[in-house]
Amino acid sequence: MSDQTLFSIFFSAMVVNNFTLALFLGLCPFMGVSARVETALRMGLANIFVLTLTSLSAWVLNTYILVNAPYLRIISFIIVVASLVQIVEMVVKKIAPVLFRQLGIFLPLMTTNCAIFGLAIFQTNRGYGFLQGIVFAVGAGLGLTLALVLMASIRETSELSDIPAIAKGTGLTLIIAGSLSLAFMGFAGLL
Amino acid sequence: MSERPEKEALEVQVVDPAAPPPPEAGEVPVDKPVSTFRLVATLAVAGAVAGLLIVLVNLHTKPIIDKYRAEQLRLAVYEVLPGAARYETLYLVDGALSTTVPDGAKAADFRQAYVGYGENGERIGVASSRGESGFQDIVLVIFGFKPESGVLLGMKVLESKETPGLGDKIFKDQAFVDQFFDRPQTPLSAIKAGSGKGLPGEIDAITGATISSKAVVSIINNGIAEWRPLLEQGIPREAP
Amino acid sequence: MRQTTPSQDFIRGIWKENPVLIQMLGLCPALAVTNTVKNALAMSAATFFVLTCSSVLIASVKNLIPKEVRISSYILVIATFVTLADMMLQAYAPVQHKELGAFIALIVVNCMILGRQEAFASRNTVYRSLLDAVGTGIGFTIALLMMGGFREILGIGTFFDIPLFGPNFEPWVVMVLPAGGFLMLGFIILAMGYVEQRKKTREAASA
Repeated sequence: MSDQTLFSIFFSAMVVNNFTLALFLGLCPFMGVSARVETALRMGLANIFVLTLTSLSAWVLNTYILVNAPYLRIISFIIVVASLVQIVEMVVKKIAPVLFRQLGIFLPLMTTNCAIFGLAIFQTNRGYGFLQGIVFAVGAGLGLTLALVLMASIRETSELSDIPAIAKGTGLTLIIAGSLSLAFMGFAGLL
Repeated sequence: MSERPEKEALEVQVVDPAAPPPPEAGEVPVDKPVSTFRLVATLAVAGAVAGLLIVLVNLHTKPIIDKYRAEQLRLAVYEVLPGAARYETLYLVDGALSTTVPDGAKAADFRQAYVGYGENGERIGVASSRGESGFQDIVLVIFGFKPESGVLLGMKVLESKETPGLGDKIFKDQAFVDQFFDRPQTPLSAIKAGSGKGLPGEIDAITGATISSKAVVSIINNGIAEWRPLLEQGIPREAP
Repeated sequence: MRQTTPSQDFIRGIWKENPVLIQMLGLCPALAVTNTVKNALAMSAATFFVLTCSSVLIASVKNLIPKEVRISSYILVIATFVTLADMMLQAYAPVQHKELGAFIALIVVNCMILGRQEAFASRNTVYRSLLDAVGTGIGFTIALLMMGGFREILGIGTFFDIPLFGPNFEPWVVMVLPAGGFLMLGFIILAMGYVEQRKKTREAASA
């Protein structure tokens, strides 16, 4: 169990050490998600869901199964993450087919989403307990959603601006991301 | 709903692991159904080989890793307990100090303190490590102190991800670090450099890195406060 | 069978289809651990190891793996090599291991590696796959070293821990912070875009 309070874990994951803007996790959806705030929001919520499930699974694995075989951690984590994403994909396809189409390729791509696997690893390295892990996952997911929505809304607006051709696309997205990251640095030291 | 066409093209570039690869020119798509047994067997065999490989390498590397870790800890303890020739580890088990962990339990699950003894067997002091939030992330510090008087003997920053050039001075700035050696009085208080009254418990914070400096001070104060009452009740010794 | 030559398979990954700068894969490590050249090198080495071993292994056994469990097998193979890399790094370069931290484990979700297996190693010979992997690995290393180099020089004033400027150099600290990672990669991509555009206008003008 880590010494950190639940609030500091939550706030740190969401804002101070934002998964995307400070820890560089979850960049694929961040860079490629459409310039539509709607989709960004939905992507974020799907992430929160998967992240929480991952945190639970990681805790169970760490506490009961991996205790005597810590070197199998990477393999078991990735298997769990891949299976979880598969299940979520099937569930979303069944109950919200429109959302499924909107998210398109990004849903199965969550398997290689650094954020989800990264959460499991960070949670393990910091020794979070059961509740701490859940709070960590929700905070991280909200932080991801926040970054996604911010990026989407900025891009939505920038589509109306006059941008030089070479900057269009990833170049500009990275610079925007850098500015966002700088802005979020203002939260450091809040805890 | 339609995305802008060029955005669509950009997204399609990304490899979709779920979709089957388009057949290459000249490659005949294989259509014979594969039995479930074969699928499971493939994965099982692959898993077994993978497991074997990992276990083998682990056998080889684990002793090296453990040795390194123990060495780092040893060095750190001797650094914050100047004059110690050996140390004994105490574990906090169910609120009481003990020199051993319960049968079957892992040592790493318990909070630990290290009692340093000098050449002639005299007790030098006690060291322990503690982590608290700094400016950027958790700062981990090991500190040594005398439980009977609260005198701070030394400290060492074990882990820190503070801002390079500012917060990282908590271990890079020798003048700052030296303040924690032989400090006659705890608890400490971090004050702005130059504004002190000359009290023995004052630590000059690093200009521009107040939060990191205060984190170190807080860690030491809280750490000593955690261990002193326990140690005052008596320090168990290891069986010779 | 691909129509490309072996040397094309090798050269392709280094610049023209550079995994980080052109294909935008493997961004997480490219931004996270490139705050110094040492870290960038360590990460590149680990990734190179995993990529090469995985490609060779998968190309060797590609006919034994049924299509349906293809991706799972690749991930298993990659995860195994990442675990091995993690253990060996921890034993032989513990300081670097501590700096890179969780990002070594995160190599397993590096889109670049899975991408190479899916796009190439699963349908080509061992030799070609090895070339492809080495070329891609070199491209990855170049991208990371560029990032690491610029960030360390501007952000700390050193290159591989060797101080470059005098004591009066005021480092541009943001470069070694997360924001700097984004900005630096953005600048590099912008610069590359600019060079491409000039090449195009020159070609168009001379046509």
